[in-house]
Amino acid sequence: MNEPNVIEVENLGVRFESESGVVDAVRGVSLRIGKGETLALVGESGSGKSVTALALTRLLPEPPAKFVSGRILVGGEDVLKMSRAQLRAVRGGRIAYVFQEPSTSLNPVFNIRSQIGEAIRLHRPEVKDVDAEIIRWLDRVGIPDPAQRLRSYPHELSGGMQQRAMIAMALSCNPDLLVADEPTTALDVTTQAQILEQIQRLRREIGMAVLLITHNFGIVKGVADRVAVMFRGRIVEQGETARVLAEPQHPYTRALIACIPRLGTNQRRLPVIDHEALAAEG
Amino acid sequence: MRRRFRADPVAMGAAVVLVLLLVTAALFFTLRLFQIPFPANPDLTDLAGKLRPPGPDAWLGTDNLGRDVCTRLLHGTYISLMVGVVAVVVAVGIGVVVGAVSGYAGGWVDNVLMRIVDAMMCFPSFFLILTVVALLGPSLFNVILVMGLVGWTGSARLVRAEFLSLRESEYVRAARALGQSHLGIVFRHIFPNAAGPIFVTAVLGVPGAILSEASLSFLGLGVQPPQSTWGNIIADGRTYLLDAWWLILFPGVAILITALSFYLVGDGLRRAAQTKRERE
Repeated sequence: MNEPNVIEVENLGVRFESESGVVDAVRGVSLRIGKGETLALVGESGSGKSVTALALTRLLPEPPAKFVSGRILVGGEDVLKMSRAQLRAVRGGRIAYVFQEPSTSLNPVFNIRSQIGEAIRLHRPEVKDVDAEIIRWLDRVGIPDPAQRLRSYPHELSGGMQQRAMIAMALSCNPDLLVADEPTTALDVTTQAQILEQIQRLRREIGMAVLLITHNFGIVKGVADRVAVMFRGRIVEQGETARVLAEPQHPYTRALIACIPRLGTNQRRLPVIDHEALAAEG
Repeated sequence: MRRRFRADPVAMGAAVVLVLLLVTAALFFTLRLFQIPFPANPDLTDLAGKLRPPGPDAWLGTDNLGRDVCTRLLHGTYISLMVGVVAVVVAVGIGVVVGAVSGYAGGWVDNVLMRIVDAMMCFPSFFLILTVVALLGPSLFNVILVMGLVGWTGSARLVRAEFLSLRESEYVRAARALGQSHLGIVFRHIFPNAAGPIFVTAVLGVPGAILSEASLSFLGLGVQPPQSTWGNIIADGRTYLLDAWWLILFPGVAILITALSFYLVGDGLRRAAQTKRERE
């Protein structure tokens, strides 16, 4: 490990405390992402992967969320000990997010220009010609005719274009790490592939790291350098993508991989993951 | 939304009436400012010609002091409109601040503010206004101020509800993830999305304020004579109700038309702002 890590998470524990009970959503998660690396965080709904992603910059509402253990190091500093101003500089500036639902992640009353412009003004006040910078990013994420799109409102764009605009917004601040929380789940399969490819291309060009959060092992294969599998708030397995896919160690990983639909097999039904049995085992 | 509002004949008709009222108010306010007696001095008494029924000399008749009712009505327009609009602006202004803080902060702040709202709402607002005006002394300024200070609770609740739901929206989360500050989120992302409903309730609140002013003036606690307002024309005329119906009818109709047009415009705006799904 010669390159410094973009982020190091050690023994992170996040608990939700509410009147109806206490839930340990993240239990002792440790992970590190190197510069320019893509880590896929895989798991089912409720496994804690989105909570982990949001916890990286303390985006969880506190309370009910509470950090019970661990530390999150970004550039050598612990996010959990940062002031609000420092946090705001990390959010968007060093760690940028792209969320699942592009149609609702863009504010409906503002056009593309003012939304991406907001990001640039927040984190790169030195940029003089904001419009030119926006156009440059729109072009880079593959939005055709970017100068015309400046004045478009979110509802005038297709889902794929909206997600590209979100990515442009996230990348326009030159983050070290892009957290993509199920970025393609709301999109159709063709667009999914294009968006993922776009993210990978931009990752190589810019040299940023990517934390890709997904429940779909199918999209991990061509994209991620390493995979971390989350189950019930814990990382149960972590390793090189090829190795994990070829020789999964944990029964849950095996179960997830068995759920990838394959063409050309006579499989009639996909297997169902037996949570009770897995929980009893590990 | 603008297109849907234009296609609504009732709302457009009411809007035209409102514009005419506003023009009248502005015109007569200017006349008063420069002391130009047009069409006549509204306070000019003529005891020889008192209580004349509507006719060619006095279109809407004269009152017990021989003052021309039509002139007094025209000069009273801006008072009614100003009281209605300014009181609502004050009320909604307070309501937006309280509601925004309450809805955005949540937790104990929200609890405390909403219990205050509940407590305020327990008082019958008109009696509260009456009491405070009686204590402070009746004047145009006091009437507006008190109606504003009493009337903010409804809009505070509405704004709180809007903020509560918008706070959880994805684009607010995205803005937080972008490193936007709380103030930036409130002003840039939440408020513009809540502005529509806030504006509609404000417009719908104006007729209530106009009626309150008229009621206060009728009870002698509103704007003081000789300044004519629609409310105190009625108040002065009530003694002569059986002999001089025109003293009550015309200001009453003026209040009705104004209140109704504000209401219809507000309702038209509300319907025009609805999404397709809400209309069905």
